[in-house]
Amino acid sequence: MPSFLPYLYHTLFPPTVRYPDILLIDFGLIMAGIGLLGFMTKTRRWGWLWREWLTTVDHKKIAVMYLIAAIVMLFRGGIDAEMLRAQLALPTTKFMPAAQYDEVFTTHGTIMIFFMAMPFIFALFNAVVPLMIGARDVAFPRINAMSYWLFAFGAILFNISFVIGGSPNAGWTAYPPYTGLAFNPGPGENYYFLALIIAGMGTTMTGVNFLVTTVRMRAPGMTLMRMPMFVWSTMITSALILFAFPPLTVALAMSLFDRLFGSSFFTLTRGGMPMMYVNLFWLFGHPEVYILVIPLFGVFSEVVSTFSKKQLFGYPVMVVSMLAIMFLSYGTWVHHFFTMGAGPAVNAFFGLSTMLIAIPTGVKIFNWIFTMWGGRIQLTVAMLYQLAFIPTFVIGGASGVMLAVVPADYQFHNSYFLIAHFHNVIIGGTLFGLLSGLYYWWPKMFGMKLNERQGKVAFWLFFIGFWITFTPQYLLGLKGMTRRLYTYPIGMGWHELNVISTFGALIMGAAFVALVYNIVWSLLYGEKDLTGDPWNGRTLEWALPSPVPEYNFARIPVVHERDAWWAMKQRGQSLADLKPEDVRDVEMPRNTPIPFLLGASFFVVGFGMTFKFWPIAIMGFVGVILCILFSGFDYEDHHHLKADVIRSTEASLGRLQG
Amino acid sequence: MLFGRFRKPYRALVLAAIAVGLLSTGCGQQYVVLHPVGPVGEKELHLMELAALAMAIVIVIVFTLYFYAVIRFRDTPGNRAPYRPDWHTNKWLEVLWWVLPAALLTVIAIPTVQVTFELAHVPKAKDPVVIDVTSLTWKWLFEYPGQHIATVNYLEIPTNVPVLFELTADSPMNTLWIPQLGGMEYTMPNRVLPLWLQANKTGVYWGDSAQYSGVGFEKMFFKVKAVPMKDFDAWASQVHTTSTPMTLAVYHKLLRHDTMGKALYSRYPRDTFPTIASGFTLTGSGMYMTMNGQKGRIVYMPMSRSN
Ligand code: HEM
Ligand SMILES: [Cu+2]
Repeated sequence: MPSFLPYLYHTLFPPTVRYPDILLIDFGLIMAGIGLLGFMTKTRRWGWLWREWLTTVDHKKIAVMYLIAAIVMLFRGGIDAEMLRAQLALPTTKFMPAAQYDEVFTTHGTIMIFFMAMPFIFALFNAVVPLMIGARDVAFPRINAMSYWLFAFGAILFNISFVIGGSPNAGWTAYPPYTGLAFNPGPGENYYFLALIIAGMGTTMTGVNFLVTTVRMRAPGMTLMRMPMFVWSTMITSALILFAFPPLTVALAMSLFDRLFGSSFFTLTRGGMPMMYVNLFWLFGHPEVYILVIPLFGVFSEVVSTFSKKQLFGYPVMVVSMLAIMFLSYGTWVHHFFTMGAGPAVNAFFGLSTMLIAIPTGVKIFNWIFTMWGGRIQLTVAMLYQLAFIPTFVIGGASGVMLAVVPADYQFHNSYFLIAHFHNVIIGGTLFGLLSGLYYWWPKMFGMKLNERQGKVAFWLFFIGFWITFTPQYLLGLKGMTRRLYTYPIGMGWHELNVISTFGALIMGAAFVALVYNIVWSLLYGEKDLTGDPWNGRTLEWALPSPVPEYNFARIPVVHERDAWWAMKQRGQSLADLKPEDVRDVEMPRNTPIPFLLGASFFVVGFGMTFKFWPIAIMGFVGVILCILFSGFDYEDHHHLKADVIRSTEASLGRLQG
Repeated sequence: MLFGRFRKPYRALVLAAIAVGLLSTGCGQQYVVLHPVGPVGEKELHLMELAALAMAIVIVIVFTLYFYAVIRFRDTPGNRAPYRPDWHTNKWLEVLWWVLPAALLTVIAIPTVQVTFELAHVPKAKDPVVIDVTSLTWKWLFEYPGQHIATVNYLEIPTNVPVLFELTADSPMNTLWIPQLGGMEYTMPNRVLPLWLQANKTGVYWGDSAQYSGVGFEKMFFKVKAVPMKDFDAWASQVHTTSTPMTLAVYHKLLRHDTMGKALYSRYPRDTFPTIASGFTLTGSGMYMTMNGQKGRIVYMPMSRSN
């Protein structure tokens, strides 16, 4: 037997990945994997998978892939959350060892933010933005696919850590010097840095892509001030991404250098400056929290006006406030570390800037309420999430303002009060918004509605579960309980509240099960959407059939006002009055395996570097270079969809006249 | 001072609300953040109350409008509320809801800035007791340069005197937090950050690290005993005469990655705490101006010169 095998075994499978529960999961994964392989082979789906999905550049299919990934990650992150709450239920609970607890809170936070919320948001961008602006695809379809595969392989790299080598354990913020080799010798943090760098490249490219798409690809007549609010929110989010991700990438790369190549940017010894990392991280981190919520401001604006059957109230104010948030959000990052001794002048400045940003955020709430005012509110599931969002987010914002009060934050920082604040805004804003958007646009994406009755069950479980979980956490903060504690002493009076919180988490778990049941049931038996406009919508995507044909618009529409589709309907017009001579050949992007291969190559680079298997890393790197070269010299990147094909498709949908 | 004027009317209200909430759950004393025993914690609490009240006003206004809209404008047959599908702007309303939050936030902002500056200085009237704090991997080392003694995971402080903590780390970052005395501050390697706190009541409180630093970090709870000055002096000289000294060898043992209980040392090696500090805070003004005469040991240098 070659002598390196035991070494390989100990590197890849150290004791930290041999906890009983992990072994059980390993077994489950292997069985499921074999089952899937068998199924795909038996039903001969490999070719289909490759042609229709892995090589696709169609924004609508990329949206579906983002969505699947996001829901799988919501599952993983949710399991992590349940494990954390189980461990914290009582001061005497021994649900798992401390080292594993540290890994679980790290993967929970990282996955929820980078691998659940972000892809879910991109799923919505991809699914509807081109349709809303009357375009046939995004500006750079191939880059769009690359973004997806970079994200996907980054996510895979991050997720295999608990099976191979051990998970990261320094929290989603990964503050040095704890991430340094002196304290963290395993491969876990390498996984974290590399996975986020790879996925982050994808995210940055998505930012560029949707910025260009929303600026350049709008249908004739759709001026900036006629864009649907979701498109505005996409544009602003993309701009935020463009400037927020570089500092993150720099911070991650420097930390990685400290670990792999012996530099001392942030180390304990040799004059490292850990605080520099903290600055860079939050220079990304605060814009990031707005990246996580502004798209959902867009979703809520669409949902509230559709289901109130009324125009959005104060459109210009909405735009101005989002722009204000965009600029201000780069000027508040120090509020995440008031207690790092930056001095009273700096702290006061950032306290004030944080309060300032609360104003445009608050203004939007009034706009949504007054959109409902004088309307006719329909309580669909999408609207219920919007209605749950308003009070939840207001309370989260209020606790945010309390944190912005610098001296008060000295008491709140890193306590459960902080935890309650950001779950209040992230669940109340981001998650509720994502689910609202999911129920709203599902018919457009899949051609059938999600069952409303089941959806309401899931909604109430989420909503009630949320409040039962997080209200006690505000109180725990006031009782002095700090975050990331694996267990706590008896006699602090923390256990009653923790039990309640854990109970709430179980309800949220049930909500997730109800959601998945709702999705699966609806895919099988859901009510078909034959009109393409099930909600009596206002924006252009509802002018198209569901699901939307590959080329989106047989003829690019001309826009004359805001809520273009609503106005057309008022005038008795539609896009289904196509004449055969209106239809021309359409230039469409061609499928390509390069994005997939590029992502896979980066995965190999990441895996090789995580374990310092340099030959593997170099092989992956060569793959990356080859992919880029091939892509650069591939001039056959589009094809012509013949007018006849489009005509027959449209005719079969009953949208062609004569 | 402006802050003082805001205080009276809202205090009773907020306290009543909090009291109802707490009494219903029993042991209110365990809400440590709401029961400060010193001036720092008290000032912080007052600001929390002010902010909570201002935010309560916002919440009440928003919730009222919200519930009214949701109930009145439902899409039910026979709903006779006016339906105005194209109503989308009203200048005065829109001005109002920029002004309203701005006004409420100004009310919070002014005392926030005042107190932020105020708490950045140790009160001039009394000489503080200095404690040099080093966070080690899963334990706290407290050195008393004035008393020449050191402790691990245990603090004893005099009452009615400000205590100036100088914080550094020979470990990953932690924060020193004693909730009943006041807010926290980070300990960081290669930095010395200041934090002052004061206990006005004798008693035993608890402290903790609020920043995760590894598997043993939940063992970083420690007791803080506040006693009158003369008892403190007696305790210090007793430790100085009866305990064993901390040698460099002992210090290196403390650097090991493990947890431990309380320990007392009669003296400690001077160079275990940095003598040159660099940092964002320590450039010139700030709490050190009052300190120079008393300490004169640490040389504070602006960042640009130190590296
Ligand atoms: C009214 C607006 C808001 C204000 C005034 C505000 C204020 C703050 C402050 C001061 C902190 C730092 C507290 C500390 O670490 O001690 C904080 C933390 C945080 N906030 Fe907010 N916030 C607001 C809205 C949001 C939104 C919309 C989101 C996301 C959707 C968000 C997500 C977070 C997160 C994730 C953290 C903690 C990160 C961590 O330490 O792990 N906040 N917020
Ligand atoms: Cu922030």
